[in-house]
Amino acid sequence: MNIEKKIRCYILENFLFTDDESVLNNDASFLGAGLIDSTGILEIILFIEETFDLKVFDEEMLPDNLDSVDKLVAFVKRKQAAMAAAA
Amino acid sequence: MIAVPRLLQDILLITAARRPQHLALVSTDARVSYREVADYACRLAHALRARGIQRGDRVVVFMDNGWQCAAAIFGVLLAGGVFVTVNCQTKARKLAFILRDSGARALLAEPALARVFQPAVEQLPDLTVLCAGGEELPAGVEDLAAILADQPAVPPAQSAIGLDLAALVYTSGTTGHPKGVMHTHQSLLFVLDSINQYLEFSQEDRLFSILPLNFGYGLFQWLSAVRAGATLVLERSFAYPVQVFKRMQDEGVTSFASVPTIYAMMLAHDAKYPLCFPSLRVVTNAAAALPAEFIPGIRRLFPQARLYKMYGQTECIRSAYLDPALAEIKPDSVGRAIPGTELLLLDERGRSVAPGEVGILHVRGPHLMRGYWNQPEKTAEVLVPGLLAGEVLLKSGDLFRQDAEGDLYFVARNDEIIKSRGEKVSPDEVENAIYSLSAVREAAVVGVPDPVLGEAVCAFVTLRDDAQVTAQQIKRACGERLENYMVPKYVLILPELPRTLNGKLSRKLILQQYGALIAKAA
Repeated sequence: MNIEKKIRCYILENFLFTDDESVLNNDASFLGAGLIDSTGILEIILFIEETFDLKVFDEEMLPDNLDSVDKLVAFVKRKQAAMAAAA
Repeated sequence: MIAVPRLLQDILLITAARRPQHLALVSTDARVSYREVADYACRLAHALRARGIQRGDRVVVFMDNGWQCAAAIFGVLLAGGVFVTVNCQTKARKLAFILRDSGARALLAEPALARVFQPAVEQLPDLTVLCAGGEELPAGVEDLAAILADQPAVPPAQSAIGLDLAALVYTSGTTGHPKGVMHTHQSLLFVLDSINQYLEFSQEDRLFSILPLNFGYGLFQWLSAVRAGATLVLERSFAYPVQVFKRMQDEGVTSFASVPTIYAMMLAHDAKYPLCFPSLRVVTNAAAALPAEFIPGIRRLFPQARLYKMYGQTECIRSAYLDPALAEIKPDSVGRAIPGTELLLLDERGRSVAPGEVGILHVRGPHLMRGYWNQPEKTAEVLVPGLLAGEVLLKSGDLFRQDAEGDLYFVARNDEIIKSRGEKVSPDEVENAIYSLSAVREAAVVGVPDPVLGEAVCAFVTLRDDAQVTAQQIKRACGERLENYMVPKYVLILPELPRTLNGKLSRKLILQQYGALIAKAA
């Protein structure tokens, strides 16, 4: 499963409680659409840390990195590229 | 100029006249002065009047926590109406219930929530719907921005008096549907002055709030700021803590209001990345009891602040607060009655209990609600005959005991309401959502202790013969009907639920027998 697919599955399953792909747009703001609230964002952070074996730093917990499927995918890719470059 | 506020909206008119240029509110999208808030509210009031809103009409405000929501509350009041703020996480069915139950004449909303309000208003053809901004509004919905420009920025003539209703505050109760708590201008003005007296707010203060305006504790952050001529810094959520912390520091806030779940999240954050807010003067907790073990950590976060532990309920907004000097001395107490009110511990028959004994908390004062909207029987259960002829006391659902100095200690709730993240969750309301699935035979919803949430919502479910439903589908049914905080964190499907000797389902019994399963589900 690619990054996007994994993230979509997780959001659909845990926040929308469905496997109906059509209810989740990749550019929809989680907060703006009321899909996810404060404790939900923390759960998403835990999920991407575990699934993609990376560490989300405090200063990275921002809507620009986390507030939609597209943003999450881009963020995970940037983190993975940075880790690959450092390795 | 008005000198003494007799109606709730007067507090805005007074402050706007005294300090027109002072910053009233900072939200994620705007910084507005008192003049701007008052002008907006006056224009909105004229627009509502022009659409037939009259004294006593209910107007539902369904908006995210921003300046327009805060200003709309005053616009409704200036029109002579009764504001009914609804949490922006609310789903279409429940919004439709509140619109119908309150007999709302108008809905003030915003485009981002059209997905939710559109199905609700389709069933209500007579409802006026006004939307703050937006390019593509659904048919029949008017754009507030376009309407308000032509309205005069002066208050319309007022005919309401202090005894009239100012707000219906919907709150989850022990029944399956939320109840509208009726507050008058007088009850809200009274409790506002009492709160501002003990918190000692002044016009120099900058209050910070992440609490929703539909919730008494959140609403009063805004009302306290307006009454004191101070500034409210309003956040939409705590989802991005770092952003929230930066805002608190950048804005030099002096007061922070929150609930135990948020303090737990801040302390967890502080353990990894130390935090400190030296500009804070006042820190408050309400909505759920603050665990005593949080207090040393909160002191480190806010080294200069007085810490107020408070207790209240929607039916009177606030009942008690603990003198901040006693925060460490009596860490389990919520203190005593707020200024100008009285708290009594009585038994089931209304007699005073002996000192040290457990009693039902009764609240006496001018801050009590008038009752539950259209529910005289429910009202009679909680507004009981008082000390003087014609007077009532509020019988709370909570058991307390009192120490020798008169400070109160919470013992237990008298009902089965769950407190999760500081929000009230009615087990019946969650069970009703679960019963919407025809495969469900029985459902019992309970609260289980949770280190961050206070209590986590947990559902035990049995299914009809041969029926197939997964825990996820049950959560989904709840997610479609209920606010996020009401959706069960745990769903356990069991072959059978235990019953009492009388054959009834008992939430207590289920928790005793199956509580241990939750740890495994986590």
